[in-house]
Amino acid sequence: MAKVTMVEAVTMAMSHELEHDKSVVVLGEDVGINGGVFRATAGLAQKFGEDRVIDTPLAEAMIAGMTIGLATQGMKPIAEAQFMGFIFPMFEHIVCHAARMRNRTRGRLTCPLVIRAPYGGGIHAPEHHSESIESMFAHTPGIKVVIPSSPSRAYGLLLAAIRSPDPVLFFEPKRVYHLNKEEVENDGEEYPLDMCFVIREGSDVTLVTWGAMMKETVEAADALAEQGISAEIIDVATISPLDMDTIHESVAKTGRCVIIQEAPKHCSVSSEIAANLADQGLYNLNAPVKRVTGYDTIMPLFKLEKKYMPSVDRILDKVNQVMEVS
Amino acid sequence: MTTVASFNIDYLQYLTPNGDLVGDKKPTVATDFEHLKSIYELMVLTRTFDAKAVALQRTGKLGTYASCLGHEAVHIGIGAAMAEADVFAPMYREYGAQFYRGVKLSEVLLYWGGDERGSDFSGPQHDFPWCVPIATQCTHAAGAALAFKLRGEKRAAVSVVGDGGSSKGDFLEAINAASAFKLPMVLMIVNNQWAISVPRKKQSQGRTLAQKGVAGGLPSIQVDGNDYIAVYTAVKAALKRAYEGKGASVIEAITYRLSDHTTADDASRYRPDDEVENAKQFEPIKRMRKYLTNQGQWNEQLENQLLSTCKVDVDAAVEEYQSASKLTVADMFDHMYEELPHDLAEQKVYAQSIEEKSNG
Repeated sequence: MAKVTMVEAVTMAMSHELEHDKSVVVLGEDVGINGGVFRATAGLAQKFGEDRVIDTPLAEAMIAGMTIGLATQGMKPIAEAQFMGFIFPMFEHIVCHAARMRNRTRGRLTCPLVIRAPYGGGIHAPEHHSESIESMFAHTPGIKVVIPSSPSRAYGLLLAAIRSPDPVLFFEPKRVYHLNKEEVENDGEEYPLDMCFVIREGSDVTLVTWGAMMKETVEAADALAEQGISAEIIDVATISPLDMDTIHESVAKTGRCVIIQEAPKHCSVSSEIAANLADQGLYNLNAPVKRVTGYDTIMPLFKLEKKYMPSVDRILDKVNQVMEVS
Repeated sequence: MTTVASFNIDYLQYLTPNGDLVGDKKPTVATDFEHLKSIYELMVLTRTFDAKAVALQRTGKLGTYASCLGHEAVHIGIGAAMAEADVFAPMYREYGAQFYRGVKLSEVLLYWGGDERGSDFSGPQHDFPWCVPIATQCTHAAGAALAFKLRGEKRAAVSVVGDGGSSKGDFLEAINAASAFKLPMVLMIVNNQWAISVPRKKQSQGRTLAQKGVAGGLPSIQVDGNDYIAVYTAVKAALKRAYEGKGASVIEAITYRLSDHTTADDASRYRPDDEVENAKQFEPIKRMRKYLTNQGQWNEQLENQLLSTCKVDVDAAVEEYQSASKLTVADMFDHMYEELPHDLAEQKVYAQSIEEKSNG
């Protein structure tokens, strides 16, 4: 079994589907011979040809529009938005068409497509290369929004996304693209797109997170363990549709919940989780739900990005606050 | 200085407003009278339908409706030139093309009557539904064309925008994509001179809109959009190129929006009446009738028969529309995903309980 990084797992999943499903094509800027700016499509054009791994003109709206056109006509396109910060020209197509096509036509036309986009801060990138705007898409009915946090989940979830009969936005936390290697078998086994994953079991507090913040969350849980606090960690993975059952089940056990996200706080995925806990799980809670998030500021250029992003200390601070309530 | 590129835009017309056939090389369709009579009948049916739809809106029996008055030749010309296997990506008033392709009159009414089932229409099941966000259908058509090309299918995609839509990025990006990928595609501009209240001249200083296709190196022409024979011939030729792997074309059809933009619009606020009156002498149905009459193919008796048949057909469509089964709140949920996610399934149950209470 090969040990791979997250970005290699992404490549592996696409390669698997290109090999097993003729209707799968990959398209985007620089995805061809160059293999993508993050190397996510490395070797695919060479292996499957430039008719399957397609370099497009530099036009994001066109990529999204053509992806919808391909998907409605029997193809399974995987488009790459080079960075989440460049997804905005695609927004109209995603919200007004990909999300609606099935409903609008009563199922006559569907959009089994994937749009992949690397997202998030922490790699000292230029302006518009570091944002986390997943909640904008999670707010949109008709699409699924998936964010892996490990190589194996990147592989299994991307397989499921490509096979999904509905449109999936697959956001890849680029800060952890190369962080860890994990043994991932290239067996074509997909992961479910409708559930959260309990990464570590614990009894005192539930830490809910997704994407790159898994790194800080695990580090915080390790530090808490040294203090004698047992933290359960949940990787949300699919933020839309959201599997609240797993989160409620965990909070029923621990009585405490801290949600950690890199995105700004206001009207975000953490808002939805906290609201749902208040609505459906209030009596399971021994302490207020706390959130550790990016600030409601513009994502700063990289000199300040470290101060923007939730740190282990910020997570520990909030966990200690909820632990103080008895 | 040397010239590295130059271009010209041809204008195609066969049937003059007086119903005279002009031009050196006349296409065979110009004398295929059985075909032209059936086209004329569909043009009149479309206009009868259109008037009825506006009347239904005025009497509160239909929502906002986008009229196609004056566009009959260009719309039906597109529809008739296309093969069933081709994919059509309309905007939202190309009923003539869609009727030709098998969409039912009642389905158009269902859509504008606020019912999604209208877009689950008859005719080629691969055709795109009405597309309200302007010009976005052009890149969808490009994607469809790419699918055909990748699979080696002898099919093409046809998109339609208006003069206003030709200003949008998606239209220009689709031209560029059609060029870069050499797509089997026809990009139609139905230039009806008005984008709601904004006249053609305010969209662009360019002498033609067709020339936007020149930027992508695409064969680009203007046709008289009120001349069925010209539209049909131009679209047929462009499709032939597409099937032969020679790439995409741009066709600007010059017509005139004789109606308001939609029933929610009042064009008299911004458009001089005499301009509309003047445009009526160029409209498509009159000239086709004159031509067929001059050729001894049409007469008053046939005309009267046709008008009564159209009335019967339109009344039947209205009846079908009005007797459509009632939607329930579940219809909002059932086509969101192939399989309803857990949380949405809960919302559906809740919505149904509320619906039941209000029914009870």
